[in-house]
Amino acid sequence: MTTLATPPPQVPLRTAETKRRLWGLIAEFDNPALILQAAERVRHAGYTLWDCHTPFPVHGLDAAMGIRRTILPVLVFMGGLTGATLALVLQVFTNGTALSFWALVWVTGYPFLVSGKPFWSIPAFIPVIFELTVLLSALTAAFGMFFLNGLPRLSHPLFGNRHFLRASDDRFFVSIDARDPNFLRSRTEGLLRSLGARRVEAVEE
Amino acid sequence: MSAIPRQDMGFVEAVDNTAETPGRRAPLVLNMTRFGEVTHQVARVNEAARPPLAWTVAFLISLALVGFLGFCITYLFFAGVGVWNLNNPIMWAFDITNFVFWVGIGHAGTLISAILFLFRQKWRTGINRFAEAMTIFAVICAGMFPGIHVGRVWLAYWLFPIPNSMEMWPQFRSPLLWDVFAVSTYFTVSLIFWYIGLVPDLATLRDRAKGTIRQLAYGLFSLGWRGSNRHWHRYEVAYLLLAALSTPLVLSVHSVVSFDFAVSQLPGWHTTIFPPYFVAGAIFSGFAMVTTLAIPARQLFGLKDLITLRHLDNMNKIILVTGCMVGYAYGMEFFIAWYSGAPYEKFAFMNRALGQYAWAYWIMVSCNVITPQLFWFKKVRTSIPLMFILCLAVNIGMWFERFVIIVSSLANDFLPSAWDKYQPTWVEIGTMFGSFGLFGMLFLLFCRWLPMVAIAEIKATMPQANPHWEGYAAHGAASGGATAHGAAHSPEGGAKS
Repeated sequence: MTTLATPPPQVPLRTAETKRRLWGLIAEFDNPALILQAAERVRHAGYTLWDCHTPFPVHGLDAAMGIRRTILPVLVFMGGLTGATLALVLQVFTNGTALSFWALVWVTGYPFLVSGKPFWSIPAFIPVIFELTVLLSALTAAFGMFFLNGLPRLSHPLFGNRHFLRASDDRFFVSIDARDPNFLRSRTEGLLRSLGARRVEAVEE
Repeated sequence: MSAIPRQDMGFVEAVDNTAETPGRRAPLVLNMTRFGEVTHQVARVNEAARPPLAWTVAFLISLALVGFLGFCITYLFFAGVGVWNLNNPIMWAFDITNFVFWVGIGHAGTLISAILFLFRQKWRTGINRFAEAMTIFAVICAGMFPGIHVGRVWLAYWLFPIPNSMEMWPQFRSPLLWDVFAVSTYFTVSLIFWYIGLVPDLATLRDRAKGTIRQLAYGLFSLGWRGSNRHWHRYEVAYLLLAALSTPLVLSVHSVVSFDFAVSQLPGWHTTIFPPYFVAGAIFSGFAMVTTLAIPARQLFGLKDLITLRHLDNMNKIILVTGCMVGYAYGMEFFIAWYSGAPYEKFAFMNRALGQYAWAYWIMVSCNVITPQLFWFKKVRTSIPLMFILCLAVNIGMWFERFVIIVSSLANDFLPSAWDKYQPTWVEIGTMFGSFGLFGMLFLLFCRWLPMVAIAEIKATMPQANPHWEGYAAHGAASGGATAHGAAHSPEGGAKS
């Protein structure tokens, strides 16, 4: 499949039968080897708004699709740093100072003198610092992942396709969004068919 | 949909995959070459119209125990902690024994889900889901005990640093407060880790669901997961990060629990060996519990092809290793007690072995040190009835370990005039069995409604999941043939292509 000069996209894209807007095309594949090959070809054909849908992460598919590494680890590091700082401030303030500040109620620290330990006994504060670091990092990892993935999103045009339900079972799908600048229904369909797809279908919004 | 087909209840394994063949990985999924078969194998448990009879019986027993637990706790709240036989000096006994026991049980789940993940142990995928569930339910049981033993439960919020009009704060230099943070963080992180693993599998159940309620429930909790590879990419990074965070966390939790004892001055508690010793013991007891649960679950729900004999064999090896570590710790405690020259320390350990709780000590030693040595024999490691009995023994032994550490040290400390003895009341025993009921109830509900085996993860460990698997090359990837049969399991299938 050679990449031709981009023709003007046909907007609005409507299917004749239902007069509903075309969301895109999906192609169904039988195994990981085929999806890997398909992903490489679709990327080389210049598409950008497309995706693969697999029942499990297929090794090498990220590279084949040209997915850039996520920023998530940076966010998690920030989360951990926040947790550590929060824990240190919390402990030093509540157990080591007599400061007051107003946060809806007056909050006052109380300098505990226990078993001869100094007010700012950092070694004794380490366990809680560690726990809050882990806690905030883990929360950032989980919620950050869902946020970056745009989840939860309970409704999606793809779920309207009967065959797509097997994307969580044993089939492998390529979906190409109709808004992709390279998308031309006939040509995209031809590309997907040439990849050895079991079936190529239109998905409406 | 009919009830789950009755499985072969015998103890003879259809396929033995415990043998090691150099240069070849032993299969982790037996008798299945298609991904759809794996999905079906796991999902049919949740999709069956009726659970197996044994499930119903076990559930009713658990429910009865939970009812009794509720009664014991209500009685405790109304009458006060006097209904327990705690006294001065034995201010901790069954309550904290149960707490430490249950927290320890949880550790195996996190070890399987996090540490074995970092070490790329693919066999973890067969057991990680329900081991993680076990972690969460065990920590729920554990968290209950410190909550109810404080005496005035309506003041339990004092555990947390909440701004209040008394201008009163928790004492952050106390290991008991570290415990509050450690256990609550452990619970939260374990829950997140478990849920993230569940999302793709809940999506699988959603896509297979027939009724509206099922579609709604699984649909809601699967968050609209659609297997997008752009999502999988971030998902895998998040999963790796969570594993990396959980690994030090799980080691820290039982270390902090051990600080509750080690930081005090009491002979028998005040030792530096406690953190590693407690962590090893926790993993030891946790794996015994995983095996105890896995054996009936795989028989009853027909998961023998996914939780294979090899998985059980591997777990038994871990039980053997950690059992030896625990045995070493027991010995080293005695050595240090003698070597330290401290008379109270020496007495504390002689008293453990020969004093009023000697019976508990020798139950502990025989169950935790002597019994697991049988796992040196492969015949024992691969025999279902034997490993079940051995793992039950380990569970009992590890409960007694905590009892011995806590009660024997408190009962006979420095001054004989302050010594006392302790015997549990029916309320304490009832609360303990009740916590097993609570654990059992939660676990049985989990087995019925959630995928017991990580469907997506286990598929990824099959040889067919590799795009460069020989079967695809032999048939020609582009020809679009379905996955080749049997090639993964027959020795010559791969070699010829």
